[in-house]
Amino acid sequence: MAINVYFEDVEVGQEIPGFTRRTDLMNWNRYAAVNDEFIPIHMDDEAGRQWQNERGAFGMGNLRTAYIHNMVRNWAGDEADIREVTIQFRAINQKNDLLTTTGKVVEKTVVGDDHLVRIDTNVVNQDGAGTAPGYVVVVLPSKDGDRVGDSGKPLGSVNQFLVARRVVGDDA
Amino acid sequence: MTAQSATLVTQDMIDSKDVWGEPRVSWPVSASDIRKWAQAVYWPEVPPRIYWDEEYAKTTKWGGIIAPQEFNPFAWPLEGAYGQAAALAEITGAPRPESTLPMGSGPGLHAMNGGQTMRYYAPIRPGDVITSTTALVDWNERATRLGLTMFITHETRWTNRNDVIVKITSDVLIHY
Repeated sequence: MAINVYFEDVEVGQEIPGFTRRTDLMNWNRYAAVNDEFIPIHMDDEAGRQWQNERGAFGMGNLRTAYIHNMVRNWAGDEADIREVTIQFRAINQKNDLLTTTGKVVEKTVVGDDHLVRIDTNVVNQDGAGTAPGYVVVVLPSKDGDRVGDSGKPLGSVNQFLVARRVVGDDA
Repeated sequence: MTAQSATLVTQDMIDSKDVWGEPRVSWPVSASDIRKWAQAVYWPEVPPRIYWDEEYAKTTKWGGIIAPQEFNPFAWPLEGAYGQAAALAEITGAPRPESTLPMGSGPGLHAMNGGQTMRYYAPIRPGDVITSTTALVDWNERATRLGLTMFITHETRWTNRNDVIVKITSDVLIHY
């Protein structure tokens, strides 16, 4: 068991280390091989151009989503628990882009026994352009389960999550 | 330039709103499925041990190997994969099936993935069999730089064999 970071040691405004990958065709194909994502726009330059991307085939949004998860997991460690991830695809991931995820802690709170941190995220390309803004809510290990979060106010998305959890009756 | 229709809402959309589709059931998830997924998304780094080392994973709060949250247990169905029917028709000489948009059929000539929200509950573990069901839950139509544009939200719910929720995903498809 390895704990990377405790809730109490995280500060609002803190940036977490990014996750960087160059997305060449082999990188995309490796992901397609496990996700069965052999869709022409991601494989074939002609299909990509037909889909209005002049540079040809373009990357899978799902792979950028995985990179966001990787960033949070690398930072938070195996004892953390990602509860919610939101991502919007605003710009295309072109072949051979150098993508780096970014994450900034924007809120901390405690709901029940859960010590929750909300991180605003993005996937930035080599030109500094954000391609996929979003956020992650992750439960971190706590040194003191009774301690109250710094902000003292609830996170909207987390509340929605908890409501959904009650609706489906899942206490796992 | 062709005249633009006043709405992209179809009768099919109206009829299918909030109607949950037939459940899909995954193949049993294997430890190797999980390991290979982790290798692909962390490549070229060795992925975290929680995804492939059972002895280590037992020492964590999870008590054993779990899948990365974004793991897809529905990859590689025996039938119904994208392009499979068309490729089969080409080999056998049978008539080609009706083409579908790469990101799902719907209104408008084009579609793209607008984004998604994933809420995670119980983790996926080796041996799990996941059931998935999806419904069209909402849409929103407005003029954008692409012209008349439709944002369609589908919700997908995954449960495990104990009928415990694993994941709820809201996907936004953009049609224009």
